[in-house]
Formats: sequence, structure tokens, C-alpha cells
Amino acid sequence: MTKIEEYASPVENQWCPGCPNFGILAALKRALVELELAPDEVCLVSGIGQAAKLPHYLKANVYNGLHGRAIPAAIGIHVANPRLKMIVTSGDGDLYGEGGNHLLHAFRRNPDITVIAHDNRIYALTKGQASPTTPRGEKTRLQFDGVEIDPAQMLATAIVHGCTFVARGFAGDIEGLTGILKRAIAHRGLSLVDVIQPCITWGNHPVDWYRERVVPIPDDHDPTDRDRAISVALDVEDSFPVGVLYEPPERETFAASYRERVGDGPLYELPRVDRSILEERLDRRTVRL
Amino acid sequence: MDRSIFVTGAAGEGIQTIGDVVARCFLSHGYPVFASQEFESRIRGGNSSVRIRVAEEPRNAPREDADVLLALNPVAREHYADALRADGLLLSSDGEGSGLTIPFVDLAVEHGGQAIYANAVAAGALCAAVGIPFAVLDGVLSSAFAKRGEEIVRGNVDAARAGFDRAASQLGDGVPEELPSRDATYAFASAHETIPIAAAAAGCRFISAYPMSPSTGIITAFVRDADLGVFAEQAEDEIAAINMALGASAAGARAMTATSGGGFALMVEGISLAGMIETPIVVVLAQRPGPATGLPTRTAQEDLLFAIRAGHGEFPRAVLAPSDPQEAIDLTIRAFDLADRYQIPVIVLTDQFLADSSFTLDRLELPAEIPPDRLADPADFGAYARYAPSETGVSPRLTFGQGGHTVCLDSDEHTPEGHITEELRTVRPAAVAKRLEKLRRLRKEIRPPEARRTDDAERILVGWGSTRGAIAEAVDRLRAEGRKAGSIHFTELWPLPETERPKDARYWTVEGNATGPLAQLLRGGLGWSIEGTIGRSDGLPIDARYILERTP
Repeated sequence: MTKIEEYASPVENQWCPGCPNFGILAALKRALVELELAPDEVCLVSGIGQAAKLPHYLKANVYNGLHGRAIPAAIGIHVANPRLKMIVTSGDGDLYGEGGNHLLHAFRRNPDITVIAHDNRIYALTKGQASPTTPRGEKTRLQFDGVEIDPAQMLATAIVHGCTFVARGFAGDIEGLTGILKRAIAHRGLSLVDVIQPCITWGNHPVDWYRERVVPIPDDHDPTDRDRAISVALDVEDSFPVGVLYEPPERETFAASYRERVGDGPLYELPRVDRSILEERLDRRTVRL
Repeated sequence: MDRSIFVTGAAGEGIQTIGDVVARCFLSHGYPVFASQEFESRIRGGNSSVRIRVAEEPRNAPREDADVLLALNPVAREHYADALRADGLLLSSDGEGSGLTIPFVDLAVEHGGQAIYANAVAAGALCAAVGIPFAVLDGVLSSAFAKRGEEIVRGNVDAARAGFDRAASQLGDGVPEELPSRDATYAFASAHETIPIAAAAAGCRFISAYPMSPSTGIITAFVRDADLGVFAEQAEDEIAAINMALGASAAGARAMTATSGGGFALMVEGISLAGMIETPIVVVLAQRPGPATGLPTRTAQEDLLFAIRAGHGEFPRAVLAPSDPQEAIDLTIRAFDLADRYQIPVIVLTDQFLADSSFTLDRLELPAEIPPDRLADPADFGAYARYAPSETGVSPRLTFGQGGHTVCLDSDEHTPEGHITEELRTVRPAAVAKRLEKLRRLRKEIRPPEARRTDDAERILVGWGSTRGAIAEAVDRLRAEGRKAGSIHFTELWPLPETERPKDARYWTVEGNATGPLAQLLRGGLGWSIEGTIGRSDGLPIDARYILERTP
């Protein structure tokens, strides 16, 4: 049985004291332990930002790559070794802004990856500029007179593009978030979990402001109902519905046809392609008609 | 014999098929062929040409003039008229100008039954004009179209016969003697056809790329030829392409991508990432003229310094530039090996000319020994640190989860364990020194350039990559004129190799660009005195005549 201590990391945490990111870290560790996953079976991939430092704060395999590029890196890792449990953890600026195009196409590809978007609605590490999810009108350290464009609706976008697991969580509810992450990680295919993670330094509202507005998605919500899921995803005017919005029937995951040919092991364990096949190909380029 | 045949027409008109059939005729008759192409960036129309050069011995370099010009339409005839030598032969359909009048379409309908056989008529006429016996053409057409069924074969052969006879009758007494059959067998391929095979031989298992001329043939080959065993993904952009490949490589799969200048520009941050996380990656950079979109279907050598300098920060990389399809095999395998042994990005520079030209070589072969992958043995480690200090700067590489280990890679400056750090007093200096130690050692094994006829040379032409054949031919022709010329050719360009050379000769670089990046490198990096650069930047390949006209 995996113990939570196995996930302990020696790396000094750089987050602000009291940051809701600690809640996401705690929930993720609990989810991994409860899913009986050992650290060497898990690969955490992140981009850049405070959220993207999370992989250093628990023991697992880590690929902390470029700003916005966690998704393509995770797809490459997943293809090369499908036995790794892939989890992308980065911020809204990283995943929805700099890397938005990759996320869009990841929905289409449906790789078996869980994406945790730490959504604090602000660029925190660069000290308070608008992110793709900052509401219109909110004043920031760059948008002094208020943001003049509408926020991105990534959960609705995910549903529209066929993402096979779409959920919203709240970093202030570790128990609830653990349950959502467990389902997301166990799901076969791409899972997007947008986690409300209020920024206690640059955000315009304290954690409790969000806590008062978080409402659980009702038990009778049918997660295979696409139209209903889109409505719930867009219903963020006065409150934030939390839970699993959309989980349609499973569909084929990315690279399935290649895996049918080469089996499900890591590619580095495959022997080289038989030399005679390649020599025959070179020979075919010799003209003997 | 040294004959140059231009097959010209509009995109979509079938010059490729005609060129292919005629090239195969020569090859199966025992004559080496060099076939290059130039075309406009459009799907239909415009002017394009397939250029076939035939000699008794392989002459793998382009010629800009034509002994025989076949024009499928009047626009092409006018467009390429200047290329035809004064004593050359024109074949066209409309009877304008001197030369043979071959109504390609009419003959196709009359003898093959359909207009689509016009290309076979043209191939037949060309064969008659250059002395290929009809039986050879018959054999080539029969085997080329065998899969399409008896009727298609007969249509092609009958149409070809009509074109052959019409050309022969118009030539009358001028009909050339039949070329004697030669007992020779050659390999015939382009560098972009051999690179995927070599990559598979080197253990490549992953390519992600975004389609961009002239690089697209590489990923296409992996998809078409599933037995190469390589997973191939068309990425949403070049940024995704290199980051997917780096992810796959970090997870232990040998990985590559391929692109051209504009796509490479998008990959640059990924090149820097590969340097920082010390993850092997092979990038084929197939050059075309820039800046920006430039001339998408033309050739150039403008990206040498870009390849060498691409990426912010300081880190090692290797840059290789093959000059023919066999060297493309050798250097692709070497690229994967260097990338793996030094845990660095390796860039293989090709260009449109190399991508789209088929060379004749005695044979194409894989090296006897192909180096293995170098993942470490997980049993050798208790606690594993991905960037453990070592004398060579190279740390033993394990991948994620291998043997129960966890592995940490970080684009931030990192500790030996791979964790983010801002320890500036010891960790950062050691990390910088580690990366640069790899560069110092890599430089020692970069191969010197190839020197040719330099012993007594007074003028030495220095080139790199795809221009080797043209430069060698220019040197031979200078020698034939009694001028003491020689050449030095670089195929491994970074880190710059230490090089012996004649000290009292005068040097010019020959490059497919206007600013002489190789000259800049040799002056600045090796202290060579270079008189100047014979540069070409009109989008066409460098040929011997171009060099001769500009050699002081």
C-alpha cells in the first residue's frame, strides 16, 4: 500500500504562506495514495508559473518544461511510455493563454492525461496582470482601468471539442477536490480539472468570497448530457458549480493504433527495427526494373 | 557523354511522371542519372521543371543549361527557352520555333485512347531524341504501371510508341544512335528518402512535425512506411512538434522533428530547453530562402548561423550538413548518436535542392556498426540524480520510472537532482561548467572537412552541405583549364572542427546565400583568411558554371 510519506519532497516550497495551491497539492497527494499509485508510476508535467512548481513539491517523475508547453511534452511522454500515469499541473495563464492552442488540440486527441488547471484568474508570478480567465472589468497591475475583454470559457470549450472528462474543483475544499482528482486520474482519456485557486496576493477577492459562491453540482446532473454540461460550464455569473460537469462514454485514446502494433510497453524497451527491413528499403531505391 | 534534359510544364501537368520514366529508362539501361526539380509554390499552373543529367559516370550536380528541352505547353517553352543550348533540341506540341513538333494530347487520344496518356507520348518522344531504345521504355512503363492493370499498361505503351515514332520520323537522319546497354546497377535516391530509413536504423521511434516545404517528405515517409516502426504525429504547430518530441525523448524514446526555417524559428525555445534539460533531440532543418515565408519551394543555405546560434542562453549542440543521400544516412545516424551521448540537440541541415534531387550512387548502405542507445542501468543507482556531476559533464541517463527510480527534469536552473534552484554561489556555476564541458569534449570529435585537390592548389573553394557536387565539378573544370584549384568541404559544422589546410592558397567560400555565413564562421572561429564568397541567393541551386563564372 502506498503511504502519503512516500510522496514527501525535500524541496523548499516557494508558494506564499496560505496559498490555496497547498490545498491542491494536499488533494493530489491524497488522490494518488488512495489510487494506490507509487511515485515512480506517476509523471508530473508542468510549464512555468507558481502552479507549475507543484511537481517539485512531491516526489514523482517530473518534467517541468517551457511556459505553455506542458501539454505537448506530456503527450510525447505518454506515447513513449503509456505505463506512466500522466498528470499535467499548471496555471490558467500557462495552460489557457500561452499554451491554449495545445490544449484545444489535446481535447481532440484524447490522450490518457489528467490536466489540473490551477485557475487563480491572474498572472501571479509576474506580479498581477490579467490572465485569460480574469473577469471583464477587474482591475489589475497592468489592466489599470479594468480588463476590456471577456474571459476564456475553457470548460465549455473542452466539452465542445470532445474532452472526455471535464470538472471544476475548489482548492479550499481538499476533501471534495480529492474525490474529483481521483475520478479524473482514473478516467481513461483526457481529463480537465479546472481548480478555483484564489490568489491571496494579487487576486481581487479573498478565499472566503469564493467559498461562499461555490455550489456543488446537483447529484441528478447527468454528466453524459453535453448541452446541459455546457450550460453548467458557462453558469459562472454569481456562483461556481463544482464537480464533474461532463463525462461522456469513453472513446479511443491517442496513439491507440500505434500501440496495437507495438504493444503497451515503454518504447525504449523495443528492439531496433530489423536491419534487413531497412536494407531492403534502401535496396528498393536501387533501380532494377 | 554529359547530357542535360529539361522536362518542363505547369504544376499538375505530369512533368514529374515523365521525368521519372525517362530517369528510370537511363538507369535500367545502365546510365547514372542526376534528377533535380524546381517548381513554384502553387498546386496547379505556373512553370516547373524536372532536370535530368546523364553521364557515363555519376555526376551528382545540377546543370543550368539543357541539351534537350521538352515543353508541355507554350508558356513553359518560352519560359525555359533561354536554358536551351544553341545546338540543343526542342520538343514541343505547337510547332513554334525550331525543333520537333509532338502533339502530345492528340497522339495520346489517337493511339492510347485517352488524353491522360499524353505523358507517355512525351516520354516516348524524349527517348527517341536521346537514343534510348524503345524496348527499354516499354519495360519501364510495363513495370511502372503493372499494378494498374493490363489496359493502363497497353495505353501507356501504345501512346509512348506513337511519340517515339513521331520524334524519330521528324529527326530523320538526325535520329541519334541507340545508346548501348551498360552492365551497371546503381542506387538512386534523394537525401530526404534516406533520412527516415537511417533514423529508424538509429532507433528513432517518434517524430512529430508540422508540414512545411521542403521538409514534409520526412514525416510522410514514416507514416507511409509503417514497418519503420516510428510513431508519427502531425502537430498543431512547430512549437508542439519539438515539445512533443522532447517529451518522448525524455521518456526514453529516440525522437526527432523536421521543419524549415520558419518552423525552426518557432522551435527555438525548444532547442534551448533541450540544452537545459540535457535531453537528446534530432532536428532536420530543411532550408529554403527567407526571410519570413521567402520562396517556399526554392533552395538556399541561409540558416547556418541560425542553426548554430538558435536558442537563448549558452549550451552545447551539434550542427551537421550532409551533401548527398549516403552522407544523409551516415550523418542522421551520427546525429542520433551524438544527441544521445552528449544529451544535446543535434541539427541536420538540408535544403530543398537536397530534398528534391535524386542522386545516383554505386550503392546505399547502412554503416556496419550502428551505435546503441545509452540509457543507464537502473541497478547502478541507489538514489538517482539526473544531473549528477561527472568529469565529462555527461550524467548517466535514466528515464521516468526506470527500475523504480523517479527522475526530475527542469527547465529552470536546477540542482543535480533536477530541482529548481537559485543557489548562485556553487550550484549555478557548476551547472554552467557541466554543460559547457560537454561542448569542449564534443568539439574534439567533430570531423574535419574533406579536402580535395588542395595539395598544390592556389585557389581553394570552401563549401558546406549540398553544394559539394557542384564545387567538385567546378574545381575539375578549373584544373582542366590549367588553373590550380582545390576544394574543402564541411559536413560537420558545429562545434567548428580543428582543420589543417594549405597556408599559402587563397580561399573563397561557395554558398547558397548572400552574406557568406561559412566565411564569417571560418574567419571568426578558425582565423582563416577568406577572400570572399561566391554566393547565390536567387532560390536556384549552385551549379558548376555559376561558380566558374564568378571564380577570380
